[in-house]
This record gives sequence, C-alpha cells and structure tokens, in this order.
Amino acid sequence: MRLLTETGRSLAEHVATHGELRLGNRPALLDEVDRSGLLGRGGAGFPTGRKLRTVAAGSKAVVLGNGCEGEPASGKDHRLMQSHPHLVLDGLQTAAHAVGAREAHLAVHAGSSALAILGKALTERRDLVRTTLHEVPVRYVASEESALVNLVNTGLAKPTFTPPRPFEQGIGKRPTAINNVETLAHLGLIARHGAEWFRAVGDPDEPGTALVTVNGTVVEVPTGTPVRDLLGPLDDLQAVLVGGYFGTWIAAAQVHDLTLTHRDLRAAGGALGAGIVLSLPVGSCGLLETSRVATYLADQNAGQCGPCFNGLPAIAAAVRALALGPWHDGEMAHLDRWLGIVPGRGACRHPDGAVRFVLSALSVFANDVARHRSGHPCTGIRQPPVLPV
Amino acid sequence: MRVRVNPIDCTAHGLCAELLPEWISLDEWGYPVIDEQVVPAQLVRNARRAAAACPTLALRLQQD
Repeated sequence: MRLLTETGRSLAEHVATHGELRLGNRPALLDEVDRSGLLGRGGAGFPTGRKLRTVAAGSKAVVLGNGCEGEPASGKDHRLMQSHPHLVLDGLQTAAHAVGAREAHLAVHAGSSALAILGKALTERRDLVRTTLHEVPVRYVASEESALVNLVNTGLAKPTFTPPRPFEQGIGKRPTAINNVETLAHLGLIARHGAEWFRAVGDPDEPGTALVTVNGTVVEVPTGTPVRDLLGPLDDLQAVLVGGYFGTWIAAAQVHDLTLTHRDLRAAGGALGAGIVLSLPVGSCGLLETSRVATYLADQNAGQCGPCFNGLPAIAAAVRALALGPWHDGEMAHLDRWLGIVPGRGACRHPDGAVRFVLSALSVFANDVARHRSGHPCTGIRQPPVLPV
Repeated sequence: MRVRVNPIDCTAHGLCAELLPEWISLDEWGYPVIDEQVVPAQLVRNARRAAAACPTLALRLQQD
C-alpha cells in the first residue's frame, strides 16, 4: 500500500510515515514526473508530466485539485481525502511548485465530510502556496473541468463551451492545471521517492498503484491487475461495468485476461475511467439497470445544451420502455437515431458518455433486447437494483 | 472554413437551417445538426449569412 496506509490523519503521523515533503528545483521535478510515467487518475489517463509542463510554459499558472468524484459508483477520492488529507495537500503543493503557481484551489462536493477534514489539515500546514477550498454542488457535470473553472471564476458550476481549454485559459483566464486528487497523492510521493520507486510497481506502460472502487469497496492495487482478480467467480456474473457511467459494459465471457490498464480496456472497447468496477450478477436485468442509470444521467444534465437536455431524457425514456414496457417496436428506430445524433453536440462530453453507456448495453445485452422487444417477460426486473445512482 | 455552434447559446430559432439547408438540418427539438466537414466554396457566402442571422450569435465560422 502506498496511499491507503494505516497512518492517521494528523500531519505528525503523515510525516512520520512518508517523511517531509521537500520540493527541489522545478526542472528536476518535472523530469521526475515525466519519467515516473504517472497517468491522471480522474478518468482520461493523460500523462501528468505533460499536463504540468504545458501549464508551466504559460505565465501566472494556477493549480486546482479535483476531489468531486462525480461518479456515484466511485468512492476512492472521498476515501483518500477522508483518511489521508495530507497526501492530497502535499500533491497540490507539488503541482503548484511544478508549474510555478502561487495559487492553489481544491474542489470538493458540498456537504462532503472531507471538507472539514481538509480544512483542519490545512491549518496544520505551513504551505508556500495558499490553498482555497471550494464547495461544488452535487451534480454529475459540476465536476467537469470547465465547470470547476467556471465555479471558481463566476460561482456557477456549469460547463462552458471550450476551447480555450482550462490548461490554456482557466481560472482568471490563466493557465490552470487541473488534477484529480488521487493523481496529486501519487505526485507528492513521486516528489519524495522518485520516478524509479514509482515505476517499481504496476504495469510498465501505466505504472504505479491505483485506487479502484469495486462494487462500492475501495481498494489499492497495482495497475495491470487482472480485472477478474477483483471479482468473485465469473460464472456468477453476466457482465462487468468498467469505468463507471462514462465507461462500457463488458460481457463476463469477454473479461478473460483483461487487466486494469487503459490499454487493455480500450482494446476491449471500454475505458478504465476513474477505476470503477461493477459486476452484474446472473439473474439481474442489464437493460433495467441501464435504464436506471440513463435516467440518472438525463436528470444530471446542466440544462444548457438542447441536444443534451432533450436527447438524454428521450433516450432514457425509450430504454425504460424497452426494459419495463409498454414497448412499441417503432420506438427502436427513434432510439437508434437519437443515439446517433446526440453525441458531440453538447458543450461538454456528458451526452457523449451517456450515449456510449447505453450503446454498450444494447450490444452486450443484445439477447435481452431481442427478448424484451418480442414482449417476453423478464424475471430480472424483479431483482433488487445493482447500480448505485 | 467550418460551421460550428455554441450549444449553450443556441436556443433553437432554426434560422441557420433555413439559410444553409445544404449544410444544416434540425433535429426533432429544433436544434441544428451541422455537417462538420469543410464548407465548400460555393456555400461560404450563405454560411456567413447564416452566422450573421443567428439571433443568439451561437453559430460560428471557424477558419482551419
């Protein structure tokens, strides 16, 4: 364990376990981060070193830590901030040093118990760069990058039409490095122990450990761990949802030797995302589960872009009718068309992710789709809900 | 040159699809579905006209 140690929350215990954070010169730090091969842990898996370099090249940079964890099925960031606030704050200082920022921000969901913990942790520290905590409304798209920048700039946590991207013009129109809080925690440890130490564990191309939320339980595992090692017997499962609600369903029979890497999961048509793994037991109805999540995602839209606030509810209603009836088969043509025209037409990627999720369900649960369409009863719809919304 | 729409500003007036039907259609809610390719030379004039006519200035022309 690197992040989820038994260490207590206080600064004294944190330093006793991990040692003091000493930040050397900036070029050496950036080199170390590049060599570590750290990929962002918020979902996109972008190389952290490259992101920091891009922002460092601009003037008057700002850093923002994203601890919002918009995905209902993810618990890793909350767990990390809750039990190891100083790892996150060390990382924020490291990122600030790497890009030459004099201003740091940390965004956490309103009402989260992590807010008070982080606030207390900040009072224990003597950081060079001052950190401001921000409370973000609990809405799925509120933690999207441009929405966080918008929140700090205007108080409104809604996505904006990009470009410019935040790393070009973000907070106060200054280049802004936005990093997930788990990414920051790794960054603080790389600053202490170096790139070789970081690379000693995990997949060679995507090294280190990663926090994964498996059916609601947070674990820290080396990247490259086989997905099936995280699950019970595959025979008891129909399908696995990797990457959360921006990810895709994978049929249990296709899980084979898939590992927890962006490489493997992309090759399987999926995504690692923020490290969310959910399993659907045999007997549950994948279409009904998908319908519940599609309804949730439709409700979570920011109400800004017509294709999203009209398209997602229409798609969700059609999937619900497919799962529970009444179903008129002419609906299928509508659903297919909406799934084709909605992606790519919002200011942010929310509609794209929702559509990808539904498309993967229609493909993985194709047999169920055929059965539901032909009006055969499905016993799965009487099972208790599996996916959290 | 390509045609883009700022989907936050767009409120589905639909003038763009009337002025540039070769390139823009409307979905069932009245929002534009735009061909993302480079606008052919003979349509550039109408594309400019459509962008200028947009009541919310949501339609934009983007130089490559």
